[in-house]
Amino acid sequence: MNILTIAYKSLRFRALASALTALSVALGIMMMVAVLVIYGIVGETFSQRSVGVGLVIGPKGSDLGMVLNSIYRVGRAGEPMPYAFYKDILLGKDKEWADWIDHAIPLTMGDVTEEGAFPIVGTTAEYFTVEYVPGRRFMMRGELPLQPFEAVIGSRVAAHNGWDLGSEFRLVHGGAESDHIHNETFKVVGVLAATGTANDKTAFVNLDGFYMVAGHEKPVGEAVRRLRDFGFTVTPEREARLERMAAHIQKEHEMTNRMLEEAKKAGQPPPKIVPHNHETPDEFKEVSYIFVRTKKPSQSIFLTGLINEGKIAQAINPIPVMYQLMNDLVGNVRLVLLVLTGLIVVVAGVGIFVSIYNSMADRRREIAIMRSLGAHRMTVLGIILGEAMLLCIGGGILGLLLGHGLVVIAAPIVEAKAGLILNPWKFEPVELALFPVLLILAAAVGILPGLTAYRTDVAQSLSE
Amino acid sequence: MSLSIRNLLKSYVEPDGRRLPILNVKQFDIASGEQVCLVGSSGCGKSTLLNVISGITTADSGTIHIDGIEVTRLPEPSRDRFRAQKLGYVFQTFNLLPAFTALENVLLGMSFSGGKADRKHATELLDRVGLKHRMHHRPTKLSVGEQQRVAVARALANRPSLLLADEPTANVDSSNQDNILKLILEASRENNVSLLLVTHSPDVAKQFTRVDKLSDFNTPGAAA
Ligand SMILES: Nc1ncnc2c1ncn2[C@@H]1O[C@H](COP(=O)(O)OP(=O)(O)O)[C@@H](O)[C@H]1O
Ligand SMILES: [Mg+2]
Repeated sequence: MNILTIAYKSLRFRALASALTALSVALGIMMMVAVLVIYGIVGETFSQRSVGVGLVIGPKGSDLGMVLNSIYRVGRAGEPMPYAFYKDILLGKDKEWADWIDHAIPLTMGDVTEEGAFPIVGTTAEYFTVEYVPGRRFMMRGELPLQPFEAVIGSRVAAHNGWDLGSEFRLVHGGAESDHIHNETFKVVGVLAATGTANDKTAFVNLDGFYMVAGHEKPVGEAVRRLRDFGFTVTPEREARLERMAAHIQKEHEMTNRMLEEAKKAGQPPPKIVPHNHETPDEFKEVSYIFVRTKKPSQSIFLTGLINEGKIAQAINPIPVMYQLMNDLVGNVRLVLLVLTGLIVVVAGVGIFVSIYNSMADRRREIAIMRSLGAHRMTVLGIILGEAMLLCIGGGILGLLLGHGLVVIAAPIVEAKAGLILNPWKFEPVELALFPVLLILAAAVGILPGLTAYRTDVAQSLSE
Repeated sequence: MSLSIRNLLKSYVEPDGRRLPILNVKQFDIASGEQVCLVGSSGCGKSTLLNVISGITTADSGTIHIDGIEVTRLPEPSRDRFRAQKLGYVFQTFNLLPAFTALENVLLGMSFSGGKADRKHATELLDRVGLKHRMHHRPTKLSVGEQQRVAVARALANRPSLLLADEPTANVDSSNQDNILKLILEASRENNVSLLLVTHSPDVAKQFTRVDKLSDFNTPGAAA
């Protein structure tokens, strides 16, 4: 029997006390692991490795709010920009940046799915063809959403709502608390494989389809004002034409509503709303954000400067913004939590110390017997240290499992509250560092009882 | 010669600082394979003598040779190892380890000797002391007689050359005393182990051909 076997059997003999002390370590480690895993994932989510977007262009406002909303789909979008900004300025052939742009993908946000309240992003098929994080492209079942009322959903949306290719869904206007449900249905034509990014919990719809949804076109007065804000000129003739078109679209929407109401009165299932055959004029369209990547990194810096000179829109490189957030907020909170959980582990260590030290009184005789059988002083010291080590490491492994278990429980809550996607089985390399730390802890709590064993007076203890 | 003691002195220091002489043995020898019974009144130093022989307690002066090796000169770790390899010890209170089964108690003695735990030998020994069926029981599940049998098996586990037994039957019920004593005598003879058994029971002493009275050769009061 080696020292660890002897230590293990001694612990097993005091099973209840041993289990309770190991559990106290386990609980401390559990907290620590949960903090490490959750913050590790938060950190990774917000690190550059997880952002494939070169530049986000959006309305002027908070940098952080824009990045969080556009990339992480958290929070609310600001007032969107006219579509003309995207088409005529960003993609303008006469502009000095005309040759710089590798891709510029418009995103329109604001609605959520009726089921599950997942954020809706209206965008073009190109979104799915570019890298979503550096070096990684979307894997998809099905097809790109090329037709107006087609949609592609993220893996979480599919799993949570039980949707698959062919499923249909409707949009809730402007956030979950609103009760206006748009009549138009979108059909899922593609399902994305899990990416570990906010794309997993997003439902993407064809941008043109998004504009065709009743109520998504801007009222004429507002659209014109917004256009003028952005420096476009709108002639009175043009404005009058827009009024006529708006009236026409309005009439169509009213017709659909009547059809739906009649069906409801007659107790029939609502008729399927066929997409309107009107083209939405560009003046009525708006975009929340534009994801841009330039051909060269230096062009990105120039473009940022040029866009930000204007008063209305801003271009942001999301990476430094997220880095700042990590450092200022998330990093410090993590440190505080780690210190607190570290203290829990130390308290657990004191528990082990007290437990072993208390048992030493009863065990002087056992130690003396071992010595009388020929065990060295160092051997009995080793046995006591071995017990401390087994308690710490055993508690540590249990704590590791419990910690990940805690993340399993916390994951859906964190996802619901903060929109962060946690993989509970993601192993943080820091967790490995726990074991040397636990060994040091074991040595620290085991050494004093171990020395008591080392110094035991054999003859006297045997005669007691 | 299995055991040979010369000019052994041992005294305890009392809390008030006075020295309390316990042992003063000019000469004491046990031949190889010999079985010796040591008798003496309670408190006369029998246990102390066994502890000094086994190296659990150090003598103040004098020499002890066991199997030709002067154990009184060995540094402590070597003495520990020597005790594990060459000596068996049976105590009045059995001194089994409560956390370990009968078999594990026997194996434990082996593991401190530095050799490999010989499971087969341990099993044979437990079989020899009549406990084959109780090998996997912890001491608390065994009767006192059975516990002392395990202790005997454990003492013989490392094939020692000298077996020390300190009143091995004093805590065993009378019906078992004879059996235990017989077991110790027979098992040590079978294994060619010298035996030094301490007792204050005349019934036990009767079974030995050589019975020494400690007070006959121990004169703690005399000047060194
Ligand atoms: N550690 C000790 N310190 C002081 N005195 C002791 C110690 N151990 C034993 N003694 C004393 O030494 C004497 C001999 O004890 P012991 O060898 O146990 O006697 P026996 O085994 O013959 O009954 C006793 O008087 C006892 O009180
Ligand atoms: Mg005694």
